[in-house]
Amino acid sequence: MSKVEVKEVHQARWNEPVVMEMGYPGRRGTVFAEPEAGVTKVVGMAADLVPAAMRRKAKPALPEMTEPDVLRHYLHLSQMVHGMMGVNLFGTCTMKYNPRISTHLTLRPEVAEIHPYQPEETMQGLLAVVHGFDMILRELSGMDQFVFQGAGGAHAAYTQTAITRSYFQSKGQLDQRTEIISTIQTHPCNQATAATAGFKVITLPIEENGYPSIEALKAALSNRTAALMVNNPDDMGIYNPQIKDWVKLVKRAGALAFYDHANFNGVMSKIRARDLGFDACMFMLHKTFGGPKGGGGPAVGAYGCTAELAPFLPKPVVTKDRSGIFRLDYDRKLSIGKVREFMGNLQIVFYAYAWARAMGGDGLTEASDIAVLANNYMEKKLLAIPGVVKSHPHLGKYRMEMTRYGLGPLKEETGIGIVEIGARMTDYGVDSPWLSHEPWVVPEPFTPEPGELWSKEDIDYWIAAMAKAVDEARTNPEIVRTAPQNAAIRPIKGDRLDDPAYWATTWRAYKRKRGKASQAKPRAAAS
Amino acid sequence: MAAIGGAGRGAHPYMANALPSIKAAMLKDIGAPSIEALFEQIPKDHRLKGGLNLPAGIRSEAELKRHLTDLLRQNTTCEQNLSFLGAGIWQHHVPAVCNEIGTRSEFLTSVWGTAMSDHGRNQAWFEFCSQLGELVGMEFVGLPVYSWGCAAGNALRMAARITGRHEVLVPAQMCPERLAVVRQYCQPPEMASHIRVVLVGHDAKTGRMDLKDLTRKISAKTAAVYFENPAYLGVIESEGTEIARLARAVGAQTIVGVDPISLGVLAPPSDYGADIVVGTTQTLGAHMSAGGGAGGFIASRDEERYAREYPTLNITVTETMKEGELGFGLTLFHQSSYGLRDEGKDWTGNSVYLTAIQNAVYMSLLGPEGFREVGELIIARAHYAAQAIGRIKGVSVRYKSGFFKEFVVDFTKTGKSVKAINKALARRGIFGGKDLSSDMPALKGCALYAITEVHTQADIDRLVAALKEII
Repeated sequence: MSKVEVKEVHQARWNEPVVMEMGYPGRRGTVFAEPEAGVTKVVGMAADLVPAAMRRKAKPALPEMTEPDVLRHYLHLSQMVHGMMGVNLFGTCTMKYNPRISTHLTLRPEVAEIHPYQPEETMQGLLAVVHGFDMILRELSGMDQFVFQGAGGAHAAYTQTAITRSYFQSKGQLDQRTEIISTIQTHPCNQATAATAGFKVITLPIEENGYPSIEALKAALSNRTAALMVNNPDDMGIYNPQIKDWVKLVKRAGALAFYDHANFNGVMSKIRARDLGFDACMFMLHKTFGGPKGGGGPAVGAYGCTAELAPFLPKPVVTKDRSGIFRLDYDRKLSIGKVREFMGNLQIVFYAYAWARAMGGDGLTEASDIAVLANNYMEKKLLAIPGVVKSHPHLGKYRMEMTRYGLGPLKEETGIGIVEIGARMTDYGVDSPWLSHEPWVVPEPFTPEPGELWSKEDIDYWIAAMAKAVDEARTNPEIVRTAPQNAAIRPIKGDRLDDPAYWATTWRAYKRKRGKASQAKPRAAAS
Repeated sequence: MAAIGGAGRGAHPYMANALPSIKAAMLKDIGAPSIEALFEQIPKDHRLKGGLNLPAGIRSEAELKRHLTDLLRQNTTCEQNLSFLGAGIWQHHVPAVCNEIGTRSEFLTSVWGTAMSDHGRNQAWFEFCSQLGELVGMEFVGLPVYSWGCAAGNALRMAARITGRHEVLVPAQMCPERLAVVRQYCQPPEMASHIRVVLVGHDAKTGRMDLKDLTRKISAKTAAVYFENPAYLGVIESEGTEIARLARAVGAQTIVGVDPISLGVLAPPSDYGADIVVGTTQTLGAHMSAGGGAGGFIASRDEERYAREYPTLNITVTETMKEGELGFGLTLFHQSSYGLRDEGKDWTGNSVYLTAIQNAVYMSLLGPEGFREVGELIIARAHYAAQAIGRIKGVSVRYKSGFFKEFVVDFTKTGKSVKAINKALARRGIFGGKDLSSDMPALKGCALYAITEVHTQADIDRLVAALKEII
């Protein structure tokens, strides 16, 4: 460890203006043809085809730039994004390699220039990918059918809530089944989507052993319970060993059990949702299955369920008929309908299929082995840094693919916490770690997740960068407190972000408010 | 699932630690006897027995590519065929620079960095919002949601919260897919927080909203009136001012759904009284990708009663510690489900944020003149196509003027079904317009044709010739 040399790096700093201030009147980036003479002859002037009351009067105040200037502007912006250019062990998000073969293939017209309403026979290749990946997820979960309409993990959770409604509607019990149970360490999207779907949400707190007690579950269950929505392991790397009994109790109460498999990497190939008794589960293809993060999508929340729930799935469902032809099945009377238009982000399903085929059964198994191995290796080394602790230190068992740590002791000692340390780590080419969803459980939390992508050297470097920043908190606190030093910009002022007098999500709002703010000051001074 | 031959036996190219010596070294540092021992938290009877029944990995990129391209070759694209499909996803030109930026590794792989480490992406997001705000004439724009339908659903729920009412009016001739999403977001009647979706009819001649029917249905219970411009069947809703006036009179919100590529020639919804604007982002430089290009946005005036109901991530410009330097941070984050769980505004999660960057690039490339040009080109060619198709014997166009890029073609008098006609077109390398027969019983025998800037006069003439042959 002591051999690892931590190097300062410097982000690009282009001082790039906001695009709204760029350009020159009359410059053009994209030019379109004029309508053909034959067209104009028939229809007259294009502008006259818009009903008079509906014509645009003032031009939109967009920049006027050449094509290369637009390219350079956005290239400059891209260069001021850390992304996965350095080491990025952003926990709970499972940083994966996004094989660029899919980046290139999904830009080919056989993916990019396919219309969702084309006849099925003209998109057999794409449907084969969807069906093929459905089959892979069935094997990984034991479920009977997957759909990909959900455009993110939260959207798959929402799919579950909609299916829960339709399932109990079909039984005539929707008036009665009004509650969904979740746990405080389950991702907030589960409670949020349940509430949006109109359910009352019961959130179970965790106990000493890191998960809620089975007694708390029993007390919450009743004939009002519609579903349990739960993850396992949680973001602290703690696996609930009673989960099978939980599901049994939930089923006995007549409710559905949904497994949020957001943290699948460490249990992939080790357990299957169906084998544990769950009715349905969700996988995030932009996490576990190599789809790109893209800063937050386009993503896919793959939703799978048992044959009993399959009639309620959003439509269409991709099926394979006896002659091996893939079909889009819209004729599903019990279907919840849609959670989003069309069939989902199939370009991301393509990434996931390609990734899973490249990994294979052997690779998927090895990936989860390495993910858990790497996390426990990391835990050992991180806890050796003075000032670093972990949640539930009394639990002796090895954690799964991530562990939640805290810098509480360092904060008490130096006044410097995880936000400053994380910012300082970016000066060493390591992006700031994910802290934690609420509740933090430990003060000053952070949650790195090494996964199978990052090398031992990368992991060692990450640990060394944190150790160095922690050391600086004691020896040179000012450089940490004012970090990052080497980023594209100096630290932003956070105090006005939520102030309606200052927030501005558009340039036009900024111009108006900035004008006001600068006028207000002298007046205040005069009075 | 068939195994692929010659998959490669070297260490896996995506996994740096897939080497026995590294695994052994890490185990040694941990002090664990085996990798298996690390899984001690999982009870034995939870474990999968017998391993996965999946073929071995294809470690060779060349082999993998061969497998994938073999599959893709089975597709026929809208580049090979001449396509007139629209109805929610449209074939527009995607400038090469959109692809270049949309595949930059930095943007492609970014996650939730800090305002400093992800500064460039945050700025690109702000530029997406800023430029879209100019097009729709609104000062507050959230980061995108999954799709137009989802944006409409979110906006209707915002209106319900703002007004404390639980009934919304939407056009009966709304896109069936969008309407299905809206119904999903408004919940079935059994739910206590159900929002009632009331359908408003249309004028048979013009295809625009029937204001008499609207007047009949609007009331002090109405949370919002939603309409689209252009509407699903292509028609420009020119009575927007009157609809918004009727809504205001009962204290309801006016929500307008737009296709932003029309806004170089069409008035921004703020001009005719919109309170909230939603719409698609796909037409701003995103590929169709079989529907994977879908994206939606929500915009409004920058007033607290709206801003504090957004379910989106919202990015604001702010200052940095350095005099005169701008940075970007999230605003109103706490009201999201990340901050408030089930008490938050709907929910927030992954969306289509990379697409938003491509959208920003697209708007910068076009500028005001590009939007005017593309709008004029589309509307001219669409009218040319409608007239030419309408002249075919037995074929008529339902709403002959006042549309943007889509129009309804009525084939009923030909005695042939849309299905049969589209099959015959497909044999000639043409994807005909979307068959409206099954979704909209009143439009049995009709198809929705979409014309964009990618369709030349020659393309349209080819379609017309093919139709004449078939009919």
